[in-house]
Amino acid sequence: MKKVDILMAGVGGQGTILASNILSEVGLELGYDVKKAEVHGMAQRGGTVESHVRWGEKVYSPVIEQGEVDILLGFEMLESGRWSAYLKKDAVIIINRYRIPPPAVNLGKARYPSEEEIESTLKSGSQNILWINATEIAKELGNPAMVGVVLLGVLSKHLGGAEDVWLGVIKRMVPPKFQELNTKAFLAGRQI
Amino acid sequence: MKKLMTGNEAIAYGAYLSGVRVGAAYPGTPSTEIMDNFSRYPGVHAEWSPNEKVAMDVGIGAAYAGTRALVSMKHVGVNVAADSLFYVSYTGLKGGLVLVSADDPGMHSSQNEQDNRKYARFAKLPMLEPSDSEEAKQFVGIALEISEAFDTPVMLRTVTRISHSSSPVELSEEEPPGAPPEPPLYERNPGKFVMVPAYARQRHPVVEEKIKKLAEYAETLAINRIEPGDDTLGIVTAGSVYQYAREVFPQATFLKLGMVYPLPEKLIREFASRVKTVLVIEELDPFFEEQIRLMGIEARGKDIFPMIGEFSPTLIRQCATAAGIIKETPAQAEAAAAVPAPVELPIRPPILCPGCGHRGLFHVLREAGVLVLGDIGCYTLGSAPPLSAMHTCGCMGASIGVAHGVAKAGVKDRVVAVIGDSTFFHSGFHPLINVLYNESNVTVIITDNSVTAMTGHQQHPGTGITLQKKKTAAVDLEKLVRSIGFSQVDVCDPYNIDNLAKVLEEHLSSSQPSVIIAKRPCVLYTREKSTPPTVDPDACVNCGVCLELGCPPLMQAEDHVTIDPILCNGCGLCIQVCSSEAISR
Ligand SMILES: Cc1ncc(C[n+]2csc(CCOP(=O)(O)OP(=O)(O)O)c2C)c(N)n1
Repeated sequence: MKKVDILMAGVGGQGTILASNILSEVGLELGYDVKKAEVHGMAQRGGTVESHVRWGEKVYSPVIEQGEVDILLGFEMLESGRWSAYLKKDAVIIINRYRIPPPAVNLGKARYPSEEEIESTLKSGSQNILWINATEIAKELGNPAMVGVVLLGVLSKHLGGAEDVWLGVIKRMVPPKFQELNTKAFLAGRQI
Repeated sequence: MKKLMTGNEAIAYGAYLSGVRVGAAYPGTPSTEIMDNFSRYPGVHAEWSPNEKVAMDVGIGAAYAGTRALVSMKHVGVNVAADSLFYVSYTGLKGGLVLVSADDPGMHSSQNEQDNRKYARFAKLPMLEPSDSEEAKQFVGIALEISEAFDTPVMLRTVTRISHSSSPVELSEEEPPGAPPEPPLYERNPGKFVMVPAYARQRHPVVEEKIKKLAEYAETLAINRIEPGDDTLGIVTAGSVYQYAREVFPQATFLKLGMVYPLPEKLIREFASRVKTVLVIEELDPFFEEQIRLMGIEARGKDIFPMIGEFSPTLIRQCATAAGIIKETPAQAEAAAAVPAPVELPIRPPILCPGCGHRGLFHVLREAGVLVLGDIGCYTLGSAPPLSAMHTCGCMGASIGVAHGVAKAGVKDRVVAVIGDSTFFHSGFHPLINVLYNESNVTVIITDNSVTAMTGHQQHPGTGITLQKKKTAAVDLEKLVRSIGFSQVDVCDPYNIDNLAKVLEEHLSSSQPSVIIAKRPCVLYTREKSTPPTVDPDACVNCGVCLELGCPPLMQAEDHVTIDPILCNGCGLCIQVCSSEAISR
């Protein structure tokens, strides 16, 4: 059983916690040992958030070591750019093309980096970058909060695991009235 | 069957399985979800107490009555509860009592990173520390057994990476013990439970004896275990750090301590005799290292690993490599050499949410130019630019006392204390009485968002709802403050900036102490949202006044400001501050 280390990066309130919960449950269902680490509290108030999800035969640390990330799932452009040192050489980088400017940028005291700049810094880790318009897709589906599940759909293609397993876990983890929307969002991501 | 649980969920589950019937806590990251989860089990009483000391006393009372009890808090909460912790160490108890201290190395959400293992030694009681969720579940049960067998409270220490990390937990097939058929019988025993000096003097030797016996017991306890490996390196560690070290040193011999106080001296000696070098890997203070050195055993530790901040596999590998204990692999050397393109990535500090009522208050305070002695909660974010309108924040409940002291020092500034509603119920009442009793003209502003927002929206004595979601008495802040003798009291909506500014001016110009209750429910909790306003780009003169609110949806576009409708909550503060009437709904 090959170990898989997945790092999610985003901004508080973007739904990384639900996404990492789903991803962890899928791992368990596929027979892996699973650990997940994230930080709640202060950081959620619009600050930087990161979630580590690890699948493996036997996982010790819930936190991923530098240079070990197999897949980086970026919910926001700038936040994705911070993790180049954590990437394996052939890591897959999936980035949502979406900007949430931090306060200093809104105040004109700092500049939001361009897409090219974010790419170039990540490329010191891995060349394998996939840009996804997940927020756009989620908006078209009628709810921008679906970003995480769209991204999980994209991720599922790289991780394997039967579609039923993924959808079963998603259905279990979201309130009944959102099941249909989440299923659509997942499949939209999976088709990309 | 296995289920993924966070450490906090597993502690609650372990407590339920072990027949804990009373739980008390005050919220605090990373401990909060313990009591939240425990409250959902059938047949238990679980409560948010107003503060940690009350929670501790509630747990002690239940344990005195012979009922198993769980008390949980963040590390600094133990400072608040410490007085009670120290007496219960002397009295002992009847039912098992576990105090969970959730420490926060790295200060993800805290004002300090104190190492609460020292409380075990200080208060002379045993402490266990789990290294994953399965252990978190099991250790609660072990702690309760030790508590009852040795007549002592037991501390269970977690850290953020245990409390908030998930790993599989084996679900129990057995039903937890049901409620006892008879009400518990309270045994009256003043010699044991009345800590007047004469009795306390008799209890102290019992406490010393207890710790000695526990140290002997630690030698045989299965959760202190040697994991054999290569004998060149022997690593002593515990908790989350054990997991990191296991990744970095797959071959080493380990002494994994499940009970972190008191230490098993014989076992440590045996371990040290088996290996060439003893390496102690522990976050924060050299707690094991100093005790091991006192045993006369040579050990390395803080000469290699820092005393500051959170550990990780990355950090342990870097330190061990720098010390020459392990060699860098070629892949690591290559990764380290790969220098990322020099791109400046602006930081993203936490910030008040769009629609937060605190924003209006801090805008008004900044404009008034007053000195703001602050407190802990979401509103502490009013200290960050661009609002920059809070000038101190130390610990919960400090604001009012500090403001009084600053006023008594005779500074020229006009002095305001700002404290949240939950923080006020936690520890704001006593300093408020002091303002009256010892007469200073401090203006106290209670930011009442009707919930404990910072830690994830817990109820408190002002909300009229219990942790277990029952309706209950709600303490009315205004009535409370008036009843203790304040005559100048106003309740204002911080969404209405002009009115709040006017009221503040009235309070500051009067010579008596006064209270303003800035009342606006947390929008993240109520989930209320109004229509987002829009900016007329032609009318916008790009003066930047609205941006000074520090509200995330307000963004600088080319030559005007825009509002992101996804992020915006529609509070309308920006409409009020815009002097060119460019923002409207
Ligand atoms: C002794 C102690 N207990 C708990 C905490 C964690 N904590 C920080 S702020 C806070 C409560 C804040 O609630 P409130 O005063 O209502 O302000 P809000 O966040 O709602 O604005 C808590 C529980 C702490 N820092 N110190």
